[in-house]
Amino acid sequence: MALNLRKWFNIRQSLQMLTNLDSSADRYRLLQRNIRILMIVLTIVPLSMMALINYHQYQSSLREEIINPETLLANKTRHSFELFLRERQSLIKSISYFYTYEQLSDKKTLNHILFTLKKEFGGFVDLGLINGADGTQLCYAGPYKLLGKNYAEQGWFQEVMLKGTYISDVFMGYRKFPHIAIAVQRLEQSGRSWIVRTTIDTTMFDNLISAMGLDAESDAFLLNKEGIFQTDSRLYGKVLEKCPLRIPMGGYATYVEERKGPSGRDIFLTYTHFTYPEYTLVIVKPKSTVLKTWYALKSDLFFVFLASSILIVIVVFRLTGIMVSRIKEADQNRELAFRELQHHHKLSSIGRLAAGVAHEINNPLAIINEKAGLIKDIIEYTPEFAQKEKFSTLVGSILQSVSRCRTITHRLLGFAKRMEVEKENLDLNELLEEVLGFLEKEALYRNIDIGLELAKDLPKIDSDRGQLQQVFLNILNNAMAAVEDEGRIFITTWEKDADTIAVSIQDNGCGMSEDTLRHIFEPFFTTKREHGTGLGLSITYGIVKKLGGDIEVNSKENEGTTFKIFLPKKSIV
Amino acid sequence: MDRIKILLVDDEKEFVTTLAERLELRNMNVSIAMDGEAALALVENDPPQVVILDVMMPGLSGLEVLEKIKAINSRIQVILLTGHGATKDGIRGMQLGAFDYLIKPIDIEELIKKVNEAVKSMV
Repeated sequence: MALNLRKWFNIRQSLQMLTNLDSSADRYRLLQRNIRILMIVLTIVPLSMMALINYHQYQSSLREEIINPETLLANKTRHSFELFLRERQSLIKSISYFYTYEQLSDKKTLNHILFTLKKEFGGFVDLGLINGADGTQLCYAGPYKLLGKNYAEQGWFQEVMLKGTYISDVFMGYRKFPHIAIAVQRLEQSGRSWIVRTTIDTTMFDNLISAMGLDAESDAFLLNKEGIFQTDSRLYGKVLEKCPLRIPMGGYATYVEERKGPSGRDIFLTYTHFTYPEYTLVIVKPKSTVLKTWYALKSDLFFVFLASSILIVIVVFRLTGIMVSRIKEADQNRELAFRELQHHHKLSSIGRLAAGVAHEINNPLAIINEKAGLIKDIIEYTPEFAQKEKFSTLVGSILQSVSRCRTITHRLLGFAKRMEVEKENLDLNELLEEVLGFLEKEALYRNIDIGLELAKDLPKIDSDRGQLQQVFLNILNNAMAAVEDEGRIFITTWEKDADTIAVSIQDNGCGMSEDTLRHIFEPFFTTKREHGTGLGLSITYGIVKKLGGDIEVNSKENEGTTFKIFLPKKSIV
Repeated sequence: MDRIKILLVDDEKEFVTTLAERLELRNMNVSIAMDGEAALALVENDPPQVVILDVMMPGLSGLEVLEKIKAINSRIQVILLTGHGATKDGIRGMQLGAFDYLIKPIDIEELIKKVNEAVKSMV
């Protein structure tokens, strides 16, 4: 895979491919793909990294901002609870100091105190005096019949005797109402000890919790050290039920945790432990409400990231497309120029060779011509020449052969001359006949009928003979290739208007499809596969345009093709 | 009518002798030169009416000889023979004052025609 990737991203290879003159479509597709991948990676990777860094930075800073108020709220509420409990505890303690054992043993006084407490502080349910020595309820003010009840065996009694004070967990009183009990021991100097105990309902707990101002989705409650609800929970259960959330005990700081709640939803948990009694205040908020701002920011962040990524991809795709097509175009132009140059070089070296051969042959040919001419002269000037007829015929055929050779050398020299770009006043009909001279033999062998309908008084035009020869040779060669043996090619010339003459070359060959027709003048387009360079007609088109003319083609498959070439009478150059 | 006096200049011996013989047969007075120097000497000493001059020669080229002949006697008509087929030399020659040019191998009848025209143009 790693190797494969390296191959994919091999830039040097891509660049090397560019310098190759091979114009396979694959190369540009590959190049385009590689540039796209490279550009996308180079842009998306830093963008993603930025987004990730931002994400984490925002997350950590926002977390602080979210956690702080939660901790603050928990601490404040815990303080209120502690204050409330300590206040109640102090109150009972004060009573034990302000009143003597005898006073508190009097039911009337006890009732009066309870009445005052109820009136001034609220929440007090009963008040009792218990003998420290044996744990018997000595006096009781309140709704229950607890007088004479013995507490000696109960845990709280042991604790209050040991520590001097005691606050109970919440318990259900006789009226099925959650209560807590507070007990305070008084040890007199005489050694007598007694305990003042009161029960307070926990309405105040609920008040403190509702004072936190939580929304409907959130919850707050007190737990004792066994994880039993000390207040009602909106979400997890009633008072004195076991809390389904496991809250770690111990530690006196305020803790914030994210976890999955029992119902599976993500919650944000804040809890803090009391020093005494061992209660834990728990605040539960759904993560979605706590992190609302964070989620909003996150979605904004994601949207910006997505939008930029899409934008990058679009821009990269379009840009690369344009770039690669430009490169392709430039390559093609360069290749075309290169091929044209090559073609030209080839032709001009053939031209030079042809000229050399023609010249070398010309001299001996001239001698043969003169010698034969002299023989002919001698035969004619000698009155009584033996076998005059026979010799005349022989010499005549020698002279005829010389004349044929002369035609060949002239044609070769004409070909050589075509290499030179020159404007001259020329007769197009003559030029067409000259070009047809090159194709005569093939036409004869293949029995192709070449019809001519040349306008009699076609005006001469200023143009380049060599280039025009190439144009017509190309088109006629194509026509010859298109027609079957015994096919037909028809050439017409006419004066189109005051400035233009026209040539049409029509064949009854295989014709072209519309698709082929659309590409016919494009460089390197060929239907001849290995035989064609795909340059003939594009060069032809280039020449005609250069000479100020125009070229038109009509074709129907299996019916034939007609080329029309229009040339200006006066040279535009 | 006097025989037309012709000077034939070409470096190819076989060509020049044979052509001279053919022209003699046609009642012309032909002298021969094998190179430019010899031709110019003859033009100085025994001026012809028409010079038939090959363009491609070693030493002085046909066009140089043409210029010199015209310098010696501008009335002498010169017909150029180009072996090249290239009309360039012919056209250049005509600009230098040649009467016409013919492309080798030549047709004797055409040469005679040109010679006659050249002689006529002198009168």
